[in-house]
Amino acid sequence: MEQYALLIAATLNAGTVLSIAALGLLINERSGIVNLGAEGMMLCAAIAGFAAVVHTGNDWVGFGAGMLAGGVLAAIFGYLVIWLNTNQFATGLALTLFGAGFSAFAGVKYVQEKLPERSSFSIPGLSDIPLLGTALFKQHPMVYFAMALTAFIIWFLFKTRSGLVLRSIGESPEAAHSLGYPVRRIRLAAVVVGGMLCGLAGAYLSIIYTPLWVEGMVSGKGWIALALTTFATWRPLRVLFGAYLFGGVTMLQFHLQGQGVEIASQFLSMTPYIATIVVLALISRNPALIRINMPASIGKPFYPGS
Amino acid sequence: MLKLEARPQPSKFWGIGSPLLALVFTVIIGVAIFMLMGKDPVKGLLVFFWEPIKSGYALSELAVKATPLAIIALGLAVCFRSNVWNIGAEGQFVLGAITAGGVALLADASTGPWIIPLILLAGVLGGMFWAAIAALLRDRFNANEILVTLMLVYVADLVLSYLVYGPWKDPNGFNFPQTKTFEKATQIPKLFAGTRINIGLLIALFGVAGMWIYMFRTYGGFQLQVGGLAPAAARYAGFSSRRALWTALLVSGGAAGLAGALEVAGPIGQLTPYVPAGYGFAAIIVAFVGRLNPIGIVFSAILMSMFYIGGELAQSRLGLPKSLTGVFQGLLLFTLLACDTLIAYRVVWKSGSIKSGAK
Repeated sequence: MEQYALLIAATLNAGTVLSIAALGLLINERSGIVNLGAEGMMLCAAIAGFAAVVHTGNDWVGFGAGMLAGGVLAAIFGYLVIWLNTNQFATGLALTLFGAGFSAFAGVKYVQEKLPERSSFSIPGLSDIPLLGTALFKQHPMVYFAMALTAFIIWFLFKTRSGLVLRSIGESPEAAHSLGYPVRRIRLAAVVVGGMLCGLAGAYLSIIYTPLWVEGMVSGKGWIALALTTFATWRPLRVLFGAYLFGGVTMLQFHLQGQGVEIASQFLSMTPYIATIVVLALISRNPALIRINMPASIGKPFYPGS
Repeated sequence: MLKLEARPQPSKFWGIGSPLLALVFTVIIGVAIFMLMGKDPVKGLLVFFWEPIKSGYALSELAVKATPLAIIALGLAVCFRSNVWNIGAEGQFVLGAITAGGVALLADASTGPWIIPLILLAGVLGGMFWAAIAALLRDRFNANEILVTLMLVYVADLVLSYLVYGPWKDPNGFNFPQTKTFEKATQIPKLFAGTRINIGLLIALFGVAGMWIYMFRTYGGFQLQVGGLAPAAARYAGFSSRRALWTALLVSGGAAGLAGALEVAGPIGQLTPYVPAGYGFAAIIVAFVGRLNPIGIVFSAILMSMFYIGGELAQSRLGLPKSLTGVFQGLLLFTLLACDTLIAYRVVWKSGSIKSGAK
C-alpha cells in the first residue's frame, strides 16, 4: 500500500509542472493568443532558475529567475504578435527553437552541477496520517500553490470584472475595442503572465522535480501543456485534473519500469506522448464541443482602428 | 514617434530584403554574444561566414549539410503554403532513416546497387507513414496537426532508441547502441571523389525544379495555394481541403523521410541514437527564410548549413559551445518575422499627439 501512496504523491508532483504551465497558457489563450513558445520558455526558465539556485542557494530566488526569464521571452513574443502582427504560430515556434538553442548554450557549464539536498517538506499533523499523509501532505509547497492558483484563476476569470474583460477580448477583440478597452495592452499582460507561469513551471522542473540541468530536459512538457488547454476545453479545473492525469501516466510508466515489466523502457517512455495524441483525437472528434468552448478570436490577429 | 502605416500593396522589395535585414540583425546580435563571451568577434564571424566557403573541401561539406535541409524545407514549403502546420519533420526524418536503415541492414556482401532505390523508397514511405498519422487524425478526428506531428517526433526518437539498443544492435559492436555498419553496396553513390557529396544533392536540385513547377505551374499546386491563402474561396471553388491536407502532409513527410534515408545510407552509414540532428526543426527556419520559395530555399539552406558548420568550428577553435548554432538559428527566425512587418507596413514618422493631427 505504501508504494501506491508514494505513486500518488509522485503523480501530484509531476502534474504540478504541467498544471502551472498549462494554467499560464490558458490565461493567454483566453485573451485570444496562442503561444507555441511554451517549450522554449520553460527550457530557458529551467536553466535560469537552476543557475540562480546554484549561485545563491535559495530556491525562491530560482523560481523568481525562472519567472523573469519566462516573462521576458513572452513579452518579446507578445510585442511581435500583438503590435507587429506576426503570425502567432511561426513566432511561437521561433521562440521554442530559440529557447532550445539558448538554454543549451547558456547551460553548458551547469550540466555537471548538483543542487544541495533539501529538507523534506511536510504539513505538521496532517502528514502523520498513515498513507494519506504520504500521498497528499508531504509535498513541496509549489504543489499546493498549483491548486491554489487554479482556484484563483477560476475566481479571476469567472467572478471578477477584469476576468470578464479578458474573456471578452478573447471572444471578440473588436467589440472590446469599441467599448474602449486597451485590447493590445491587456493581451500583452495576459501573454506575459502566461510566460511567467511557464517560467515558474520550468524552474520547478529543474530545481525541485529533477533536480538537475540537462539539455532539452523539458522534453515536450511545454507541448503537452499546450495540448492540455484544448483537452480541458479552456476550463481551469479541468486543466488541473488533466495535468494530474498526465502526471499519473508518466509516473505509472516509471513505476512499471521499476517493477521490471517485460516491455522495453522506450515503449513505456512513449506513453505520455501517445496518450496526448489519443486524448487530443478523442476530444477534437466533437467539433461542436471545441467550437463552443474555444475563445473565438484565438490565433487571429487584431488590428485596432486602422 | 515611429508608427506603422499599412501599405496599399505588399512590398516586393521587402519580400526579399527582409531575410537579408534579418541576417544583418542576427550578425549584430552574434557579435554582441562573441564580445560577451570574451571572444574576438572578427574571429567568430570568420568561423561562421568565411571558413565554410574558403576551400573546395569546405564547400563540399557545406553542400553535404545543406542537402537534407533543402529537401526537408521544400516539402515543408508545400505544407506551409497550403496552411498545414507540419512541425514534426524531425520525426518523419527519423522514421525515414529507420525504414531506410532497415532495408540497408537486409543487404549482404552479394547485394548489388539495385538496393539503393529500395532504400530511398523505404525512406520516403517511412516519412509518409509518419505524416499520414497526423493527416488521418486531422481528417477523421479534427486533431490539431501541430501537436500530433510534434508528439510523433518524440515517439520516433524512442522507436529509434529501442531498435539500436535492442533488436538491431550490432552483435559485434562492443555493446554500443548502434547497428552494424551498412554494406558497401548500400552506400549512396558519391558525385565527386574525395568529398562526401552524393546524389542527394542532385535529388535536392531536382526537387527545387519539381516544386517550382508543381506550385506555380500546375492546377494541383494552385488549388493548394488558394486553400492556404483563402480557405473560403477554395471551398467556394470546390477545391477539396481534405485532399490539400493529405497532399501537404504526404509530400512533406515523404521529403523528410527521403532526407533521412540519404543521411543514414550516405554520410552516417549506420543507425545510431545520434541520427536526429535537428535538421527537421532547422528546415522550418530554412523554409521561412527562403520565403517558401524553391529558389529562396536553396540560399537559406546554404546559410543554415553555414550555421551548423560554424557552430562546430566555434567549438573546436574558439571553445564556445556547439549549441551556438541553435541560438543563431532561432534568432534568425525571430528577426525575420519582425522584419517581415516591413512587407505589409511602412515605418513613418508621426509627430505630436493625436489631437493636433487635424485633418
